[in-house]
Amino acid sequence: MKYSIFSLLSQAFQGNKGWSTAWRDAQPKDEYDVIIVGGGGHGLATAHYLAKEHGLTNVAVLEKGYIGSGNVGRNTTIIRSNYLLPGNTPFYEWSLKLWEGLEQDINFNAMVSQRGVINLFHSDAQRDAFARRGNAMRLNGVDSELLDREQVRQIAPYLDFDNARFPVKGGLLQPRGGTVRHDAVAWGYARAASQRGVDICQNCEVTGVRIENGKIIGVETTKGFIRAKKVGFAAAGNSSRVAAMAGLRLPIESHVLQAFVSEGVKPLIDTVITFGAGHFYVSQSDKGGLVFGGDIDGYNSYAQRGSMPLVEHLMEEGVAMIPMLSRLRFLRSWGGIMDMSMDGSPIIDKTPIEGLYLNAGWCYGGFKATPASGWCFAHTIARDEPHKLNAAFRLDRFATGHLIDEKGQGATPNLH
Amino acid sequence: MTHESNRLPQGGQIDRRKRISFRFDRTNYTGYKGDTLASALIANGVKLVGRSFKYHRPRGILSAGAEEPNALVELRTGNRREPNLRATQVELYDGLEASSQNNWPSLKYDLLSLNQLAGPLLSAGFYYKTFMWPAKFWEKVYEPLIRRAAGLGRASGLPDPDIYEKATLHCDVLIVGAGAAGLAAALTAGRAGARVILVEQDHVLGGRLTDDLPTQHQSEGHTWLAAAQDELRAMPNVEIMSRTSVFSIYDQNAVVAIEKVADHCIEPAPFSPRQRMWRIYPQQVIVATGSIERPIAFANNDRPGVMLAGAVRTYLRRFGTKTGERIVVFASHDGAALTVEALHAAGVTVVAIVDPRENSSPAMIAAAEQAGASLFRDSAVIAAHGTADGVTAAEITTQGRTLTVQCDLIAMSGGWDPVIHLASFLGQKPKWNPEMQAFAAINLPKGMQVAGAAAGHFSSETAARSGADAASHALQALGMAGSQPAIPGWQGEPVQGSLYFVAPSRSGKSFVDFQNDVTVDDITLAQREGYTSVEHTKRYTTLGMATDQGKTANVVAAGLIAEIRGVPLAQGAVTTFRPPYTAVTIGTVAGRATGKHFRPTRYSPLHAWCVQMGAVFVEAGPWLRAQYYPQRAGESWFDAALREARQVRQSVGLCDVSTFGKIDVQGPDAARFLDFVYANTMSTLPVGKARYGVMLREDGFVLDDGTVSRLGADHFLVTTTTANAGRVMQHLEFCAQIHCPDYDFAMSSVSDQWAQIAIAGPHARDVLRTIVDDFDLSNEAFPFMGCATLSVCSGITARLFRISFSGELAYELAVPADFGCAVIEALAKAGQNYGILPYGTEALTMLRVEKGHPAGGELNGQTTARDLGLGKMMSSKKDFVGRVLAGRPALVDPARPILVGLKPCNADESFNAGSHLLERDAPKVIENDLGYITSTAFSHVFNHTLGLGLLQRGQERIGETIMAYDPVRSKAVLVEVCHPIFYDPENSKVKS
Amino acid sequence: MRLNCPYCGTRSVNEFVPLGSASPKRPTLAEPIERWIDYVYFRDNIAGEHDEYFYHAMGCRSWLIVTRNTVTHEIIGTKIAREVAA
Repeated sequence: MKYSIFSLLSQAFQGNKGWSTAWRDAQPKDEYDVIIVGGGGHGLATAHYLAKEHGLTNVAVLEKGYIGSGNVGRNTTIIRSNYLLPGNTPFYEWSLKLWEGLEQDINFNAMVSQRGVINLFHSDAQRDAFARRGNAMRLNGVDSELLDREQVRQIAPYLDFDNARFPVKGGLLQPRGGTVRHDAVAWGYARAASQRGVDICQNCEVTGVRIENGKIIGVETTKGFIRAKKVGFAAAGNSSRVAAMAGLRLPIESHVLQAFVSEGVKPLIDTVITFGAGHFYVSQSDKGGLVFGGDIDGYNSYAQRGSMPLVEHLMEEGVAMIPMLSRLRFLRSWGGIMDMSMDGSPIIDKTPIEGLYLNAGWCYGGFKATPASGWCFAHTIARDEPHKLNAAFRLDRFATGHLIDEKGQGATPNLH
Repeated sequence: MTHESNRLPQGGQIDRRKRISFRFDRTNYTGYKGDTLASALIANGVKLVGRSFKYHRPRGILSAGAEEPNALVELRTGNRREPNLRATQVELYDGLEASSQNNWPSLKYDLLSLNQLAGPLLSAGFYYKTFMWPAKFWEKVYEPLIRRAAGLGRASGLPDPDIYEKATLHCDVLIVGAGAAGLAAALTAGRAGARVILVEQDHVLGGRLTDDLPTQHQSEGHTWLAAAQDELRAMPNVEIMSRTSVFSIYDQNAVVAIEKVADHCIEPAPFSPRQRMWRIYPQQVIVATGSIERPIAFANNDRPGVMLAGAVRTYLRRFGTKTGERIVVFASHDGAALTVEALHAAGVTVVAIVDPRENSSPAMIAAAEQAGASLFRDSAVIAAHGTADGVTAAEITTQGRTLTVQCDLIAMSGGWDPVIHLASFLGQKPKWNPEMQAFAAINLPKGMQVAGAAAGHFSSETAARSGADAASHALQALGMAGSQPAIPGWQGEPVQGSLYFVAPSRSGKSFVDFQNDVTVDDITLAQREGYTSVEHTKRYTTLGMATDQGKTANVVAAGLIAEIRGVPLAQGAVTTFRPPYTAVTIGTVAGRATGKHFRPTRYSPLHAWCVQMGAVFVEAGPWLRAQYYPQRAGESWFDAALREARQVRQSVGLCDVSTFGKIDVQGPDAARFLDFVYANTMSTLPVGKARYGVMLREDGFVLDDGTVSRLGADHFLVTTTTANAGRVMQHLEFCAQIHCPDYDFAMSSVSDQWAQIAIAGPHARDVLRTIVDDFDLSNEAFPFMGCATLSVCSGITARLFRISFSGELAYELAVPADFGCAVIEALAKAGQNYGILPYGTEALTMLRVEKGHPAGGELNGQTTARDLGLGKMMSSKKDFVGRVLAGRPALVDPARPILVGLKPCNADESFNAGSHLLERDAPKVIENDLGYITSTAFSHVFNHTLGLGLLQRGQERIGETIMAYDPVRSKAVLVEVCHPIFYDPENSKVKS
Repeated sequence: MRLNCPYCGTRSVNEFVPLGSASPKRPTLAEPIERWIDYVYFRDNIAGEHDEYFYHAMGCRSWLIVTRNTVTHEIIGTKIAREVAA
C-alpha cells in the first residue's frame, strides 16, 4: 500500500486494520544472486539500489538481529557534505542529493530536515582551515558559507558570546545539511527493497563464508548454508569479525561512541551546531529532545557502552558552548560500535576474493553516507568495479599511500 | 487559598508543625514539610496537573515516585526555570512556584486537545506515511508545526545561575536504596566494620517499608526503621547519603550519583552548589532499588483519578492524605488487598474491588469483607468515565454484563516490576522470571548483588532478609564477617497474583505509555506492520522514550506483545536499559568546567611581564599568548603587529617563546635515540651546536619540527611546536619504551621549567651583551646555530641558542621560569637605547612568513617532508620513524603539491590562507584545483601580502601567475608563484 | 573504566591515552614494505581478550600493555610495556 495522506485517512476510518507489514520478514532461500551481510542502513540501501538501479532483485539482506539495530538506529542523525578532500566531497554530496529525493523515492517519510549545519571556529588558524574546506566545497558545487561572529550570533544567540574560554569567532555553514529520522531510514529502505522483491531475513546470523578457488560460493548462517554468486559485507562496527570469516584483515579498529538525548523541551536550537574548541555536536529532534555527542571513548570496544569520563568531558563542552544547556537534563545515553579506519575514511571496494565486496570503515560518519554508500556499493557489486564516486575508497590505498585523511591524524584510528 | 480538603486529621511522616505555602499555576496552596509537590496537590484536591505529549489529554498524578509519567511541571521561574520535573519527586519548600506545561491557553482548556479527535489518523508512526509532498514543505510547513506542538516544557533558555561540584568516594560496600533491604544490608555491613555508603534518592529513608506493612504492624515498622536509622547514623564507618540518586554504573563498578544539595530550597545558599556529582568506587555493590507498580491498560486509564494502588497507599500513609472518597480497586494482584485494608482503616470507602482472576485469593476476599466492598471476580474495569477534572465512574465487565460504578478514584495494580536498571547497564539483558512474574536481573557484574524487591522479594520482611544476606555475601567477598540484624515477622505484603496487562475494552484509548501517548492500538498496529522486535516496537511507537523512560510502560508492552504474538513472556524481552536511571542535569556533570574554567588556562612564566607591556592575548591551544602590544588606545592589531615587525627588522625586539615544548634528553644513548626519532641525523651534531630537525610519524608524514641542541656529549635539548608538545612527548615516550627499551638514556619534559625569550634584530647582540656574565657573544665565538650554558644578570643560570625564526640576527635565551620576568625586564632595559619593543604572535607570523618557515598551517598532518621542501633532510643511512612508509608511491608522487611562496600581482590586493589555487583562467571546479594557501601575512618589507601555499608542480611554476580563489570570502586574486623564502634568501642576516 | 597502573595503582581511564593493539611488532629495514604496511595499518581487531597500549599520561608516563576483553571490558592484567619489549 502506498503511503499518503489518503491511505492514512482511509485506514483511520477502518480502525487502522488494513495496514500490511512494512517489509516481508523473509526466510532465506537456498540461493541468491547477491547476499548482503548486514541489515543496517548501508546494507538495506544497497539492496534497494541493487534492485532499483541494477535490476537485481534475487537479493537477500541477512541480519543477525533486527534490521537497523546497529548504527543507523543509534546515531545523532546528522547529514552534511562539508568535506575537504577530493575523495570525499563528491561522494558525500551525492549522498546529500539522494537524501533530498529519498522520501519520494522510497515512499517513506524519513523527515529529512535541511536545517543547516554550522561548525564553529575559535581561532584564526581554524577559520583558515574551515575556509579551505568551504572553498573546496564550493569548487565541488556544494553550498558553504563562512560566517563571522555576528552572523553566527544571529542564528545561534544562545552560544556563549560573553564568557567563553575559547571565544566564538565564526562558523562554516552548510545550509543544506541537517538531520534525518534515523530509524525511518532503515525501515524505509527495507520496505522499498522488499517491494522490489528483496528478501530481508532477520535473526539470520552469518557464521562463515564459503570460498572455493579464490571465489565466493555462499555463506553459512544460523539458518543454514545459502549459496550466492556475490556477497557484500556491510557490517560496520563488526567489519573485522565478518571479514575474518573470509580470511581478511582490515585497517580498522572497533571503537565505542556515546550519544545522548535530553528530555523534550520546546524549540531551542534550530540548526545542527558543532563546537570547534572540542568535539561536541547538537541538534534538536522534532520531538524536542536535544541530541548530542562527541568523541569516541578511545579504546577498542565491542560493547555498546562507554565510560563516565567521556560523559563528563562532553557535558563540559556542551555547557561551555551553550550555557543554557546547564539546567536541562540528559535522559538517555547509549553507545554504538564504530568501524574506525586508519585514515578516517571508508572502504567501498572489491576484495582479493572474487565475488566478495567490502563496505566498511565508516568511523562515525556512516549515517550521512547511507544513501550514497548503498548506491555506490550496489554499483560496485553489480558492475564488479567501483563507481567514480567511490573510486578513492580503495582497500589498497594504505599500501599505495593514497590516504584520505581529513584531519591529518595519521594511522591512529581513535584520533579521527 | 484552597484548603487541604483531602488531608487526614492525623498520620503520615509530614511535619504538621511546619506549614508551607506554594503556588501551582498561579494559585496559592499550602502543604507541610515532608510533602512532595504531588502529595500537596493531592491534599488540596487538585487532580488535573498536566497534558499529555501527543493528544494533550488531561492527566493527573499516577504514582508516588520516579516512575511518574503524567505529573510533569515547570519549576521555578526566570533563569532557574526547569521543565519536566516530576511532581512526585519535587520536595515541597516554602515559596515553591510551579506550573503545568505543554498546554495553551490553559491547563483546563488546551486547544491542542483537539488532536484527540484526529486520534485514528495520528496512529503509531503516522508521520512516516505522510508529509512527503511537496518535498520542500517539510522544513517550511510541517516540521515547524510539529516542533511547536511537541517538546513538553520550556527551558529557561538562559545561562544557569547556580554552581555544581564533583567529588569522589571509595568504600567497601555501596548500598543503593534505603528501603527495608538496603537498611538491613547497611546494618549488617556496618556492624562488621566495613566502610559503607548507603544512598537514597528520597529525602527520607525507609522506602516502602512502612507503606507496605499491614495496619497492625505499622507502629512496629516505624520503630524498627527509627532504630535502624539511629544505629546507622551512630556508626562512623557508615555514610548515609539521602537526596542522592545513583544514575549509572560503568565498567569495574564505577558508580555515579547525583546529590540534590539544594533542590529542596528556594535557591542554594551562597557559594554552595545546587547539586553535586559523586563518583563512587566501591568494592561491592548491593542494588536495593525496590520495585515499580505495573498499571493495567483499559480505556481512558489515563484520566485524572486513575492511580497506582501502591501510590494510593503511599499518599495515605506517608503523606496523610486521601486520594479520593469512593474508590474502585482494580487489581490482579494481592498487593492491592493492602491498599483496601489501609483505605478502610483510614475511613475511606472502597466501593468495589475488581479482580480479573477467576478465583480471588483469600487475602483479597478478606480485604473486601473487612472493607465492605463488593468484590467482582473474573471481572475487569474496561473504562474510566469522567472529565478533565477526574474520574466519575468505572465501567466494569463482570459475568458477561457491564455495569457502571460511581467513584472518584480507580486504584489499579497489575503487579510489581523490580527496578533493575543498575544491574542491567553493564550489558546484561534481564530475563523473564515466572516465579517473580517479572523481568529479573541475571548475570550480574562481578561484585554486584541485587536485594529486596529489586530481586523479587516484594514484602518488607523478605526484602529485609535478602538485604542482610546480600551484605553477608559482600562481607565474605571482602574477607570480613558480621551479624545480621533482627528482622521482625511482619508477614509483609502478599504478592502473588496472575499476570494481567490489558482489559478487554471496546472503545476509547487504553494507554500503555502514558507520557508518550502510546496505546494498545498503537502497539497492536506496530505488530501488524512487522515492527515486532521489541526494539522496533519501541522506536516505531515511541514506547518508553519519554522522560520516564517507560518505567511503567515497558513491561506492560512486553506482555501485550507476547499476547498479540501468542508467545510466552519467557520469550519476550524488554528494551535495553540505558543510563541514566532518571534524567540528570547536564550542568551537574559539567561541574565547574564551564565558562572561563572550561579548560585550564596555561600562562607563560613571562605572562605578568606581557601584561605589564599591555599585551592583547590570544588563545593558542591551552595557552594564552601575547598577540600584539598596542602602544596607544585603539591601535589595531594590524598596525601594532606591523610596527613590531618593523622594529625587529630595523633594530631589535623581544618575544615570549616560552610556550614551545622543551624536552631534556640525557644519557649515553641519547644521540642514538634522536637519530631514530628524527628524519635527519642528530648524532653528528657537535657539542655547543643546535640543528633544525623534522620528525615523521610512522606513516611517513611530518609529525613536528623543532631544534635539537647538544648541550653536552650526552645531553640534548629538544624543542617542539607549541601545539604538538604533548603529542610529541607521548610519541617519544612510545619510541623510547617500546622501540628502544634497552637504550641507556632518560628524558623529561622541561617546558614549564624554563622561560624562553627571543631577542631578534640587528641589535640583538648589543642588547644581550649587557646582561650576559662573562660570555663571548662575538660571531666567531658564538656563531649561528650555536648553543651554550651560561649565566646572565650576575649569576642566573641560562641557556643560550643562536637560532632565528624571524630571519634576523637572533638569540633565544632560556632562564629558569621564576627568573623569566626579571631577565626580560633586564633585556628591555638594556634595549632602551635601541628602542626595543616586545612583539607578539602576529608580528612573529609576519616575520616567519617572510622567511618561509613552516608552522601550523603547513604542519597539518597531511604533508610530507618533501612537500615542505625538507625532503633532503631524510637520511638514507639509518632507520628512523617513518622512513619506510614515506617511500610509498603516493608520498613521493612528483604531482604532490609542494611549498611555494605567493605574492599578489597587484600589490594592493590581499589574499587569505584557506584560498585554493587554480590556473588563472580555468573554470572554478574541483578538477582544476592545484593546491591551497597555508599561511598569509602582510609584509612591511615588501609592503604587500605574502603567502605560503602548497601547489602542484610548484617548483616548475615559479614565476607563473595563478588564481587564489576564496569564494567563501568572495575573493579571487591573481598571485605570482615564487620561492617560499622572500626575505634574505642567502641567510646572511641570521649569520651576521 | 578503571585501569591498574603497576606504578600508580588503580586509576580512572581518563588518566590514560589508549593506542590500540600492542600485538604488531615494528619490522626491520630489511623486511619488505608489505610488512610495514601491515604493521602500521592492519589489525586483528579482536572481539575478546586484547593486548593494548595505554600511556599513563596523567601519571608516571609509562606505556602499559593492558590485557582487556573488548566485549565485556573486563581487565585481565597489566604489564609495563618496556619490560615486555626488552
